[in-house]
Amino acid sequence: MYIIEKSLKLSENVYEIWVNAPHVTRNAKAGQFVIIRTDETGERIPLTISKISGDLVRIIFMAVGKTTHALAAVPAGGAISDIAGPLGCPSEIKKYGTCVLVGGGVGIASTPVIAQALKDAGNRVIGILGARNADFLILEDEMAEICDKLLIATDDGSKGHHGFAADLLKQVIGEEKVDAVWIIGPTIMMKVTSNVTREQGIKTFVSLNPIMVDGTGMCGSCRCVVDGKTKFACVDGPEFDAHQVDFDNLMQRQRYYMEHEKEALALWKEHQCTCGGQH
Amino acid sequence: MGDRSVADRLKDFGEVDNGLSPKEAIEEAGRCLQCKKPGCVDGCPVNIDIPAFVALIAKGKFLEAAESIRQQNLLPAICGRVCPQENQCEALCILGKKDTPIRIGQLERFAADQERAKGLTVPARKTATGKRVAVIGSGPAGIVAAGELAKDGHDVVLYESLHAPGGVLTYGIPSFRLPKDVVKAEIDLILAMGVDLRLNHLVGRTVSFEELEEYDAILLGTGAGLPYFMGIPGENLSGVYSANEFLTRVNLMHAERFPEYDTPVAKMNRVVVVGGGNVAMDAARTARRMGAQVTLVYRRREEDLPARAAEVHHAKEEGIEFITCANPIRILGEQAVTGIECIRMQMCNLDKSGRPIPEPIDNDTFTLDCDVVIQAIGQGPNPVLVSQIPGLDKGRAGNVVTEEDGRTSHPKIFAAGDVTTGAATVIMAMGGAKQAARSICEMLGSR
Repeated sequence: MYIIEKSLKLSENVYEIWVNAPHVTRNAKAGQFVIIRTDETGERIPLTISKISGDLVRIIFMAVGKTTHALAAVPAGGAISDIAGPLGCPSEIKKYGTCVLVGGGVGIASTPVIAQALKDAGNRVIGILGARNADFLILEDEMAEICDKLLIATDDGSKGHHGFAADLLKQVIGEEKVDAVWIIGPTIMMKVTSNVTREQGIKTFVSLNPIMVDGTGMCGSCRCVVDGKTKFACVDGPEFDAHQVDFDNLMQRQRYYMEHEKEALALWKEHQCTCGGQH
Repeated sequence: MGDRSVADRLKDFGEVDNGLSPKEAIEEAGRCLQCKKPGCVDGCPVNIDIPAFVALIAKGKFLEAAESIRQQNLLPAICGRVCPQENQCEALCILGKKDTPIRIGQLERFAADQERAKGLTVPARKTATGKRVAVIGSGPAGIVAAGELAKDGHDVVLYESLHAPGGVLTYGIPSFRLPKDVVKAEIDLILAMGVDLRLNHLVGRTVSFEELEEYDAILLGTGAGLPYFMGIPGENLSGVYSANEFLTRVNLMHAERFPEYDTPVAKMNRVVVVGGGNVAMDAARTARRMGAQVTLVYRRREEDLPARAAEVHHAKEEGIEFITCANPIRILGEQAVTGIECIRMQMCNLDKSGRPIPEPIDNDTFTLDCDVVIQAIGQGPNPVLVSQIPGLDKGRAGNVVTEEDGRTSHPKIFAAGDVTTGAATVIMAMGGAKQAARSICEMLGSR
């Protein structure tokens, strides 16, 4: 069992937890993820490592399905059955020159560790955070502290640029020479945003989030098509060259269990009601 | 007592084979000729003194029989169920020349089951040596090596990347062939010898190779967990599974009990399984139990099926349709699988192993409608750790090259099981693990 030391709600359906997992923190690097299982009947789901502090791993996630709702419901001091990691290859950190990190929605969670690592490697780092509205914007202060420059976009214009993160990326590329870009967010956002850097041929990474089971390269559930070849996101990724990824295949595979997910969530919510949260 | 009826066993994931009753076991054991030079022992990868334990069963001394097996084999209830005895001990039984050989596997299982019902005794350990050994992977090779090393008094840390130990015994082999309480009991016994099991540790990521080098010796038992795909169009459609994924969802994650368990698996009506080995049979029979109509496609002839004859027999009994001499060339569908296109194969010259080389017959294709395709065409060694070890000799398939005694090209590293041989059997992994553990003990001066 692994203790959740802190648990807080950041915005509607977005949560931050700190899990005590020294085995994970010891070797964790920017861009890696963990697999958690809440309890004995739980499924294994991958979540990005958002920050490390001593023995604690910070995970920021959106409650969308049964497992993430259940995870959000674990109070501080409560426990989860399993956390495995760090998993996946770390981000390719080196001195590029100027790097832009684009975070979309809850995908922003992954950006501070990568930004910090790039900064430590001597890069100029520009952050671009995009969210539905100002309430959904997370980690703004943290990113502002790490980055040399931070830009904000909201879909409704409630903060920063009224529009998409992709618009701001286009603007930055127009203003200065950019050597490498990270785009992390919903798959459709990564697909669209990575087109911005495609023509100029700017090195661009995306962090893929396909459905996983073991996360150790054993099952192939997370296979993605990159440069026409099949890759396992769990061990070959999760970061890949954005311009080589078949995003449509990824989105098709991500949707496969949608009916199951609805059913499991409905059942969980029903159970929450009948027992009055006493379980 | 024999197998449960087909109608009965398709309703659940309970064990198919009921095993022998005490009376049947005594009768069967009584047929043994107690050969002076027993062939059966030569056929056993871990050299169990088969005539000795069979004689004890014949006398009704079941617990003594189990104790006798345990001298050589730490996982008798597992081996009695999943060893291919027909190619090993039983193949060399003298009675088999004229009649049926002694059912050694059934007797091994019987003795082990009797012992387990009475409660297992934790094997004694020698005085602590103070030497530390890391065993990577808690499948058949890792478990056996951990047990042997602990017995010799070494401090053993057993690393497992999943949330439960057992490797393929847990995630791969279905409970209708190998009940999970049997696996748990035999593994728990080894852990009770003081083995320090660390779950959720993927060595190569959670633990770096440099950290591993602090141990006095390292045993790699990381198996052959990397599933192969055929490389045909449509392979990445939703609804195409590797056998590993499909079996892991069910065996490890209990997707058959969704939504009581959270892990889903496709709702299946028609399933095509590709492959002809034991894993293909396991996948086909699992899909059958989930209510699907199942067709198995294999590229060679029926007599070339690499699966155990008993598994093929069970699969056919359970209504699985076999299409042999055919190979998939394309998986059909837009969003998810709707069918699979196959081509007929003709058998040409024999390959080195004596099996015919299948060649496609031009334009002789056919299509099967299906909503799930499960590829069970083999697995290779998982490269996560072995690719990070500098200077480690590897074969063409990425397998770790070892001497007969389990030594690798790295002085502190030994390896056993599927990571050295490619996908093989539980008992071969155990035999290799015993040998590698012995070599480690010799190196550490405890033997």
